[in-house]
Parts: sequence; C-alpha cells; structure tokens
Amino acid sequence: MGALLSGPLAWLVVLYLGSLAVLLIASFWSVDALSGELIKGFSFDNYKELWDTDVYRTVAFRTIGIASAVTITDALLAFPIAFYMAKLASPRVKGILVVAILLPLWSFYLVKVYAWQTMLSAHGIINWALDPIGLNGPGFGATAVWIVESYLWLPYMILPIYAGLERIPDSLLSASEDLGAKPGRTFRRVILPLAFPAVVAGSIFTFSLTLGDYITPSLVSPDTQFIGNVVFTSHTNNLPLASAFATVPIVVMVVYLLIARRLGAFEHL
Amino acid sequence: MSLSRRYRNLLRVGVGITLAFIYVPLLVIAVYAFNGGTTLKWPLDSVTTHWFSDAVHDSDARDAFVTSIKVGLAATGIALILGTLASFAVSRHRFFGRETVSFLVVIPIALPGIVTGLALSDTFTQVFGVTLGLFTVVVAHATFCIVVVYNNVIARLRRVSENLEEASADLGAHTWQTFRHITLPNMQTALVAGALLAFALSFDEIIVTTFTLGAGQETLPIWIFNNLFRGQQLPITNVVAVIVVLISIIPVYLAHRLTREEAISSRGGAPIAESTAIP
Repeated sequence: MGALLSGPLAWLVVLYLGSLAVLLIASFWSVDALSGELIKGFSFDNYKELWDTDVYRTVAFRTIGIASAVTITDALLAFPIAFYMAKLASPRVKGILVVAILLPLWSFYLVKVYAWQTMLSAHGIINWALDPIGLNGPGFGATAVWIVESYLWLPYMILPIYAGLERIPDSLLSASEDLGAKPGRTFRRVILPLAFPAVVAGSIFTFSLTLGDYITPSLVSPDTQFIGNVVFTSHTNNLPLASAFATVPIVVMVVYLLIARRLGAFEHL
Repeated sequence: MSLSRRYRNLLRVGVGITLAFIYVPLLVIAVYAFNGGTTLKWPLDSVTTHWFSDAVHDSDARDAFVTSIKVGLAATGIALILGTLASFAVSRHRFFGRETVSFLVVIPIALPGIVTGLALSDTFTQVFGVTLGLFTVVVAHATFCIVVVYNNVIARLRRVSENLEEASADLGAHTWQTFRHITLPNMQTALVAGALLAFALSFDEIIVTTFTLGAGQETLPIWIFNNLFRGQQLPITNVVAVIVVLISIIPVYLAHRLTREEAISSRGGAPIAESTAIP
C-alpha cells in the first residue's frame, strides 16, 4: 500500500503543495528597486501594498464579483437543460444531449475565447444582428468578460447538476405530486434541496476558473484588469508582489472549498 | 414526472437557448475559416478555401503542433502511472488520511491555473534552478492530469467487485498474476478513457503552460494566442482554430464511447458522465 501511494504522494505533496508553499514564501520577498534583484527576506510589505493600493483592491473585488455573477448565470442556464436531460428526455435524446454538452467542454478553450472576441468586436456578428433594432452590443469590457466566462464554464455546471438530478428517484417526484404538490412546489421543496449540492459542485469550477483567468480579459477586456492580468503582467518584474496577489484566489478558493464540502458538494464531483 | 404541456415547452425553449449559446460561437469561428478578406468583419465579403493549405504548410504551426503532441503524450504517461497507483491505494486499502488523497488529487485543477502556473514556475526557477522548457511543462501538465485518470480508474474499481481478485488469490494466483489476468482486463477501457481525457486536457492548456514554458517555445494554444496579436496571420489562425477544435473532439468522443458502453452494459441505464464531470 505504501508502495502504491509513495509515487503519487511524493508528486502531489512534495512538488505541488511544496510549490504552493514556495509561492507563499516568495510573497514575503521583495525586489531591490535599483538592481531588480530578488531580496529573499521576510516582510509583509507586498501585502501592505496590495491592501493600501486602491487599484489592487478594486481589481480583487471586481474579479470575485465577476466570478460570482458567472456562477449564478451558469446555474440559471444549466438547470433547465440538466433537468430536461435527467427527467424528460428519451434515452436517445438524452445520449445526444450529453455528447452535445461534452464535446465543446474539451474543445480548445482559447478558440472559444477568440470566437467571442470576433463576435463582440465593433464589426462583429453581435453588432450586426442588433443593429437593425437600433441596439449596440456590449463591446469589450467587464460585461464581455462576464458573458465569455459564463460561456466557457457552462458545461462544468450542466454535468454535475445533470448527474445530481439523475440520482433523484422518479418515485420521489411522483410521491410529491400524489400528495398534491404542484410542479412549482415539487421543484422548490423536493428537487432543489436534493440537487443543491450538485449545483455547489458545479459552482466550484465556474467560480475557480473565472477567478484565475487572464486570457479572456486580455482578449475581450483590454482596459479592465482582473486578478489574473495583474499577476501575469507583474510576475516577470515583481515576482514577490505577483505571488502575494496570487494568494488572494488561493484563500478565496480554500474558503469556498471548505464551504462546498460542508454543503455535501464533494459527493457530486 | 408529469408536467403540463406549457412547462414542457418552456423547458424545451430553455434547452434550445442553452444549446444555441454553446454552439453559435463555434459555428461563427468555423465560418471565419473560409473568410476571403483579412479583417474579422461580419458578414464576410468573400469566401475562399486557400487558407487551409496555407495553414497546413505553416512551419511554425506545425512545430507548435508537434510540441503539443509531445508534451501531451509525456504528461499523459506520467498521469496514467500516478493516477492509477493512487486510485488503487484508495479503493483497495483502508488507511489513515484516505479521504485526503481524493482531495489532494483535485487541488491542482480546482485552484485557478494562474496559481498553479506561478507556484510551479517559482519552484522550478527559484528552488530547483531549472531552466524552463518542455520538461517543466510536462511536469506541470502531469500534475493536473492525474485527476482525470484517477477519477476514471477509481470509478471503475468501485464497480468491479473485489471478490474477483480475492477468488483469484484463493485459487493460488500471486499478486502479479491477479493483476495481469483479472484487474487489468477489467480496467482497460477506464485507463484508455482516462488517458484520452488527460491528453485532451494537456493539449488544450494555455495558462499553466505560459508560466512553465521556455522562452521562444510554443505549444499550439500558445501559437494561436501569439498570432491573435499579429493581424496578417489571422486567416491562418482561424483555420488552425477550426482544425484544432475538430482534432480535440476525437479523443473526447472516444473516451465518452468507452465509458458509455460500459455504463450501459453494467447498469442497463443511461450514460452518466461520472468520470468526465471533472475536467
């Protein structure tokens, strides 16, 4: 047994958790202003700078806000299709829908962002479609990031909810109906409480993946910064500060994962 | 569940909206591959297919493609070994901290890519003093690919009864024979599915790759990303984008088929994407 585990554990604990520890340590380092050399000492200056600078705080809260908005959007978009797949579709249609959701999940992330960049651009298909009714698309910016991130991570929300709904026995729904509950009430009192852990499981991905993304903002939101952009652009010239800022998503995700585990989401991963 | 016609139709509309949302962007990018002009104006002014031959003959794109394949294969190999070992330990043995292993395997993918990327690149350059290159990318990719192999294999091990292995041992087979003749045949498709998904995951990755790749090197996603900022390369980029979407569909489709057939035969139920829910 020890032989089985030693390899994977060495890799994940020493290399991966070790790396996270290095990241944490590096966040206490500083950079010599003149030479640009790393000073491997210990100070809270990076954290103080992040906290005291308005821009960094705004960026952090903006990123967490977008990640929350994306999570809610995806939950709303995912539930109807997941429910249809789990409870109403014939086995054939169900099979087709599962494949239809799975395929784009794995097809190039970057290509999907790029597709949206073309669609949202000034002469893109969105403005072209909205023009006849006198409207304009959102263009590039925070709204574009919200739309594109919701698009990218939607399948990660659909699949756990679908699997969660599949686990609810049909007899439970019939029982609720027999006892006189209308569909809306059955949904609120039976389906939603049982499916909620699955929604939380899906939200881990929609939230986390949005939190650290810098490719999407760099392509559809050139002027509005997110945590990912700041970490990416600063890591070459100020590694300690970048490392300190990267601890924000780590702390947020650790708290998120602990809450998710409480809510029973890990059974649905 | 009995729903009134109105509710059913409402749900169908919801399904339609979600599917359109998922597929319209992919269709748009497919159309752009035939763009006769060099701008991204919609609708297209003219249509052509000559960017396809240009793309196939673009040496940078081809190099990037080969690099991606190499990295994907190496990372998949490592993930297969580590993921399988961990899943065996967790499903066939009871030990202190068993739950923690499942958690540990998931973290590299549950934490944002930028965290994983920065942490590993810090460690490679500051602690080990390694120069960033293909080797460091492979190590980084393998780290977050372990989880897909682990999930696929452990799902299978849960379903294959331990009695078979015990029976084999009772009949006098030693550990290796049992593994070779009983366990391995039972897990074959799960291993293949896990490997295909791990490869697809590595092939597609860009964020961790950016942090761990050496200067001047390009995987295919990085090549595409760099080209998005070079205007005159856009038509070729459009074509590569479409080809790449088509290529990445193959392993995922195969993996799905493999796990689905097994799901149908063992349960008689509908396919559940249990092992593919986590990327």
